[in-house]
Amino acid sequence: MSRAALLVLADGRFPAGGHAHSGGAEAAVKAGRISGAASLADFCRGRLHTAGLVAAGLAAAAALGTDPVALDRAADARTPSPALRLAARKLGRQLLRAARATWPSAELDALGREFPKGAHQPVVLGLAARAAGLGPVDAAYCAAYENVSGPATATVRLLSLDPFDATAVLARLAPEVDRVVDRAVEAARQAVDGGVDALPAASAPLLEIGAEAHAAWPVRLFAS
Amino acid sequence: MHLDHHHDGPSPVSADARRPDGSRRALRIGLGGPVGSGKTATVAALCRALRDELSLAVVTNDIYTREDAEFLLREAVLPPERITAVETGACPHTAIRDDISANLEAVEDLEDAIGPLDLVLVESGGDNLTATFSRGLVDAQIFVIDVAGGDDIPRKGGPGVTTADLLIVNKTDLAPYVGSDLARMAADAKAQRAELPVVFQSLRSEAGVTEVAAWVRAQLDAWAARA
Repeated sequence: MSRAALLVLADGRFPAGGHAHSGGAEAAVKAGRISGAASLADFCRGRLHTAGLVAAGLAAAAALGTDPVALDRAADARTPSPALRLAARKLGRQLLRAARATWPSAELDALGREFPKGAHQPVVLGLAARAAGLGPVDAAYCAAYENVSGPATATVRLLSLDPFDATAVLARLAPEVDRVVDRAVEAARQAVDGGVDALPAASAPLLEIGAEAHAAWPVRLFAS
Repeated sequence: MHLDHHHDGPSPVSADARRPDGSRRALRIGLGGPVGSGKTATVAALCRALRDELSLAVVTNDIYTREDAEFLLREAVLPPERITAVETGACPHTAIRDDISANLEAVEDLEDAIGPLDLVLVESGGDNLTATFSRGLVDAQIFVIDVAGGDDIPRKGGPGVTTADLLIVNKTDLAPYVGSDLARMAADAKAQRAELPVVFQSLRSEAGVTEVAAWVRAQLDAWAARA
């Protein structure tokens, strides 16, 4: 297991399409729910313990070798919004391309054949981690962290927020990211024998509703 | 470049010259340049000039709307299924250079959906003078500037002006009205680009996009010769 490989996969510049997505921040900014560093922290905390926990569980389970088709169905079941399902599959497809080029593997090729238009991004992320020689904890960290780093970066662009403040928000959340990863990995280990129903199913209705509204905007900076 | 490198697997990873079924993919040409320099108008004119002799499609990279794609649809330069818009998240240069995955999917999906293509034009969102296309996305790139943006732009250089395979200096009809010195722009461009070609163009003139269309045809011939 290589710590450097984890840095490559977790790098915000890893070319997997994330830069075009705000993780719901654009809708929240427009609705007035994010207006500065404090409300960005609240938004990220809520996202981390809901969408972040679910994504981390899926990623950890995929890294442990759980059937990706079952995991993709589990991701669908945990994602009511069609707009968010579409975004997750687009990002999954983009991540798969980058991962196949970076860490060629038969498992990743098979995933591409199974899901030519993309599997849910956290499932791909877990398999990418596996291909990189990383384990379920690493996969869960990548998923949980990017669930909050994406909205933070987007908010810097949307509100011209001080980038130091946005990064400080992420640093303050670190202990909570640790706890979310612990929960996600424990659930993923249970899912190996107990099936995917053991995975977290926390939900953030406002993220789902906001994503549906955002997808219908005629003018927007981010794809989701 | 690794244009002829073939990956085994379900789909190509990057600039692979072959599609999964073994057939040769379309030539990809990128058009970049500052906001308002005439990229979309040049794309529209190229479509009109080439659509009867070639099978072509267009990918637009709008910064925050679908305006460019909608302009092309409204002008009916191509059937709607041949035009796709990519969303770039406030960073148009990222989508064509640093993280090309969304654009690669768009060009591949176009070719999968409407059959073999000869040419895909990838239009960047309006950007700054440093914006260039990755060689993983396009085979050749055109940089479009215009005389009204300031006749010192060729002298200032930058990766777009200096390294693009073709530099278009657009809207030459406006030069007398904005006080731009075309001879000076040509000399500066020559100094920056050495032997790389430069086309001075006015889409309002009778010649229009003729010279650029000829350059595109030459690129297609070279692409075919490499098969």
